[in-house]
Amino acid sequence: MATETNAADAAQGAAAPGMPQLDFSNWDHQIFWLMVTLVVIYFVLSRIALPRIAAVLAERQGTITNDIAAADELKAKAVEAEEAYNKALADARAEAQRIISEAKAEIQTELDEATAKADAEIAEKTAEGEKKIAEIQASAMESVQVVAKDTAAEIVAALGGKADAKTVNAAVANRMKG
Amino acid sequence: MATEKGAEEGGLVFHPMDQFIVKPLFGDGPVGLFTITNVTLWMALAIAAVAALMILGTSRRAVIPSRTQSVAELAYGFIYKMVEDVAGKDALAFFPYIMTLFMFIVFANFLGLVPMAFTTTSHFAVTVVLALLVFVTVTIVGFVKNGAKFLGLFWVSSAPLALRPILAIIEIISYFVRPVSHSIRLAGNVMAGHAVIKVFAGFAAIAVVSPVSVVAITAMYGLEVLVSFIQAYVFTILTCVYLKDALHPSH
Amino acid sequence: MEGQLAHIGAGLAAIGSGAAAIGVGNVAGNFLAGALRNPSAAASQTATLFIGIAFAEALGIFSFLVALLLMFAV
Repeated sequence: MATETNAADAAQGAAAPGMPQLDFSNWDHQIFWLMVTLVVIYFVLSRIALPRIAAVLAERQGTITNDIAAADELKAKAVEAEEAYNKALADARAEAQRIISEAKAEIQTELDEATAKADAEIAEKTAEGEKKIAEIQASAMESVQVVAKDTAAEIVAALGGKADAKTVNAAVANRMKG
Repeated sequence: MATEKGAEEGGLVFHPMDQFIVKPLFGDGPVGLFTITNVTLWMALAIAAVAALMILGTSRRAVIPSRTQSVAELAYGFIYKMVEDVAGKDALAFFPYIMTLFMFIVFANFLGLVPMAFTTTSHFAVTVVLALLVFVTVTIVGFVKNGAKFLGLFWVSSAPLALRPILAIIEIISYFVRPVSHSIRLAGNVMAGHAVIKVFAGFAAIAVVSPVSVVAITAMYGLEVLVSFIQAYVFTILTCVYLKDALHPSH
Repeated sequence: MEGQLAHIGAGLAAIGSGAAAIGVGNVAGNFLAGALRNPSAAASQTATLFIGIAFAEALGIFSFLVALLLMFAV
């Protein structure tokens, strides 16, 4: 617009003062078109655009609310699942504990049984051994008695006495008693 | 006078106000009521831009918005929240009206920044009508909703009794100055920015100054982009403030 | 002569723009000072900030307008 010639400016200047804004001759024209513009924009906005945007915003709000609700639900589910998992874990632990203690108790009883059996066997064996030792002792005593009697009788005979079997026996028994 | 000045300074020609001249697009006749002029063209483009953003941009009604749609939603949310926060919940009935004002001003301002464009909002004819619409609406709404109590807006009951008549006069004057400042602020800001850019552009005719001039134009252009939005915002928020006064006149 | 006087008047009226600039700077500066003291309240007051700036600036625009009127319409 700066390229306009002075002639054109002069032509305009004749009709309008220096400020085109104060040229009241075209105010009616501008006001008319302004009203047209405003009315058109008003109807465009109030009939089409604003309800549509309001609907979109409401829909988005709804979607967001739904999504949040869904997220909450999923979160609750996750918490539930975690609880179930924890419970299962605790159950498993308790079960394991129980099995361990059971096994321990079983082992203990078995061990006790085995110990008792072994003790009994040992006691039996000991008793048997003692009995045998006693037998052997007894038989050894008997043998010693027999040998002592025989020896005593022989010694008496050798000394020239007549050994009465009964007396010898009694003396030996007497001696053996200590 | 601008012509004279240009002639006096020889090569340096300033026509900062030429960009605001209303002229017919076809032919050279006088500007009548229904003549198709650059005003008509750029207002139609504003309508087209609003429609493109608010209707085509949202035509997919996507829950996950595209860029255009999110800009449209941003504009919607911005104005909706402003009306709700500043003017109160019962002002939401006026939301389409305020949205219309905002969208028109914002797009007229931005389209005016296109090089060679005509800025409709730089004309007092446009902004005065916009401001008077707000003024008349607010006044009517105030009286319809509150009746005579609306006049309490001018009777500052918290002030000492002796001061009240004086304050009432001041309040009444400030009430009637509202449309004036409301309209002149918008047109003045837009016009001033464009005129300044044009003056800098005039300096570019001197070869030595032209780099500085180009940088200055760029800087002013950036500022004007900001001002375009801020003035639309200010116009809208002042509308909300006035509307709040009409709906809740208690001082 | 009269036209030249009008130009001088326009220049004088343009001083008002500088005064408005001081006003706008005052508003913005005080807002920033307050916002730094209480940043949590700053966001809710941006609308007030813009209204204040708009009012301060409107007066500057008036002087600009007077300058324009003197330049072009007298």
